Amino acid sequence: MKPSVRSVRSVRLVAPVAALALAGFTATACAPETSDNSSSGKDEQTGTLRVWLFQEVGNTPKEKVVTSVVDAFEKAHKGVDVKVEYIPVETRAQRIKAAFNDPKSAPDVIEYGNTDTAGYVADGGLLDVSKEFAAWDEATDTDPTARQSVTVDGKVYGAPFFVGVRALYYRTDVFKELGLDVPKTMAELTTTAHEIRAAEPDLYGLVVGGAFTYGAMPFIWANGGELATGRGGSYASAIDSTAAQKGIKAYTSLFGDDNCPAAKCAGMGGNDTITAFAAGKAGMAIGGDFNHAAVQAGKVKDDYAVVPLPGVEAGSVAPAFAGGNNLGVLNSTSHRTLAVDLMEQLASKQTQTRLFDAMGFLPTFADVRETVAKKQPYVAPFVKTLAAGTKFVPASPAWSRIDSSLVLPTMFQEIVSGKKDVAAASAEAAKKMDDAFGSAG
Amino acid sequence: MVLGGLLLYPIYQLGLISFFHYTQAQVSGGQPATFEGFGNYREIFSDAQFWQVLLATVVFAAACVVSTLSVGCALAVLLTRVRALPRLALMLAALGAWATPAVTGSTVWLLLFDPDFGPVNRMLGLGDHSWTYGRLSAFLLVLLEVVWCSFPFVMVTVYAGIRAVPAEVLEAAELDGASQLRVWRSVLAPMLRPILVVVTIQSVIWDFKVFTQIYVMTNGGGIAGQNLTLNVYAYQQAFASSQYSLGSAIGIVMLLILLAVTLVYLRLLRRQGEEL
Repeated sequence: MKPSVRSVRSVRLVAPVAALALAGFTATACAPETSDNSSSGKDEQTGTLRVWLFQEVGNTPKEKVVTSVVDAFEKAHKGVDVKVEYIPVETRAQRIKAAFNDPKSAPDVIEYGNTDTAGYVADGGLLDVSKEFAAWDEATDTDPTARQSVTVDGKVYGAPFFVGVRALYYRTDVFKELGLDVPKTMAELTTTAHEIRAAEPDLYGLVVGGAFTYGAMPFIWANGGELATGRGGSYASAIDSTAAQKGIKAYTSLFGDDNCPAAKCAGMGGNDTITAFAAGKAGMAIGGDFNHAAVQAGKVKDDYAVVPLPGVEAGSVAPAFAGGNNLGVLNSTSHRTLAVDLMEQLASKQTQTRLFDAMGFLPTFADVRETVAKKQPYVAPFVKTLAAGTKFVPASPAWSRIDSSLVLPTMFQEIVSGKKDVAAASAEAAKKMDDAFGSAG
Repeated sequence: MVLGGLLLYPIYQLGLISFFHYTQAQVSGGQPATFEGFGNYREIFSDAQFWQVLLATVVFAAACVVSTLSVGCALAVLLTRVRALPRLALMLAALGAWATPAVTGSTVWLLLFDPDFGPVNRMLGLGDHSWTYGRLSAFLLVLLEVVWCSFPFVMVTVYAGIRAVPAEVLEAAELDGASQLRVWRSVLAPMLRPILVVVTIQSVIWDFKVFTQIYVMTNGGGIAGQNLTLNVYAYQQAFASSQYSLGSAIGIVMLLILLAVTLVYLRLLRRQGEEL
């Protein structure tokens, strides 16, 4: 009997599929590739040290300071050559991941954002320098939040490089013209914002953004809420607690035609709000010390001032998010002693003072910060904010996943666009956060 | 053989990774990769957001395919009807749209519809209406851009096809008093069938996988992720969140859906007795 055309075709189809399936099954025995990133165990005293620092906007002053530190270091250590490379901030995540994946071409010392600490530690990329950090005499003056930002499970994985913190920028000319007082409480902040918008419909009262997580966090913290509770490996989300919901409500109530229309503000991030303020489109904004230059370069450069963001009670300061960068040594380094030494030199009190003068980076040492604040009055409100106590995101590797999967922006945007109420949106965000904490643990 | 290897090996790796727990910690050796079986797939399928995104993707892609094909075909017919100079102008304009990189095109469209500075709002007198705020209006905006940058391919291909149709056939239809639409439906469309099939499949595949336009124009998925499509969603899972295994699983699901759509489509055509 002649086989039908159909069956021939199906045999033809089945053969490669079967082959593929077979290949799949045999292959399950071997896992996908992973790189061996364990420490080399070597501790060479000469050779080349490679350093990756972030390329800032207007990087030359930073380079000058770093070069002089490096020159001094090379002079003190014979036979050591230090190569510094400035990597673009936008692609840092890929670069640093690539460095973890390929230890052979990885640097010895890196600069990294402090919210990435826990993630990089879980990736096995950073070296535990607890012993050296404890022995470092300058470290006793490191402020507690900065110390927390290099600490995971009680172990220290780097040295704080600088801190960044946000405060309230406001338009002195608008306030004077409308006869407004600088808000002293969070409630006053809202009413002042409404007054500005009512009098000047072209201005946002207080410009806010649905994707501006770090601007929203102070509202949650000031109302006694937390992002998550717990320590070390086990965190549980607290974003749906009563106190946190109160803060979320306070922040999201700022979206509306009486302050910052949801249609425009729901999609904004931190940079968008600063751009709007610098262009003279807002009466107030929540900006960082690191935004100072951008505002100075804008339309409003002579007509603004900065105060700490007010808390719930008069005279209190809303806890700000303590951003900033750290320096760390990679696990794969073959120059452990030298690399740690260089890291300490780059993060020393002296270097941080000079970097403040050159770049405006706020020092991580409390005493150094006091000194520089006297020189530059514009940092006073930021230093005051830091002194009032700052908060940090959960030191869990799950945080980078929560951050990059936009859990909090989604929550804020669902509320301001009227898709969900505060209770429902925060409950869902809490569930997503707990999922992330659970799978990262 | 080489070609097969180049095509199959990445898919094989994608499939392999989708069965493991594979995040940045596993890639850089911080933790061992563990075999999860269908764990990643279970996680995706039990995620309500995935289904919502899948539905949005299918509807959006369908709307894009239909719009692209109708605009492309209509303009192709128009091309055969106009004089040389306007034809050249239309061709050049279409080629310009086609040659524009997706990122550039998306940025320009976004700027045209910008609530503060965009000329479209000024012309329509819409004040500072934000096009990207509402879910449907944001999708509409992206759809316009997708159609704009993909209709030229359809237009040029179909135009070439029409040119290959013997002039006598069209003349005969005209002599019989057939209307423009009738000529298209009864004469051109059947004769151009193989071309239309290829163009449709291409469009389905492109529009189902749309990434750049959504990513740029809705800022990575829109307000509260309302404009996510499958490809952007996979990117967010895989690269932004470093959950490569979950992203791979989504990729495999997409691959299977597209394969299925294409096979069903081809099968349907074959049933109708057309050999391609």
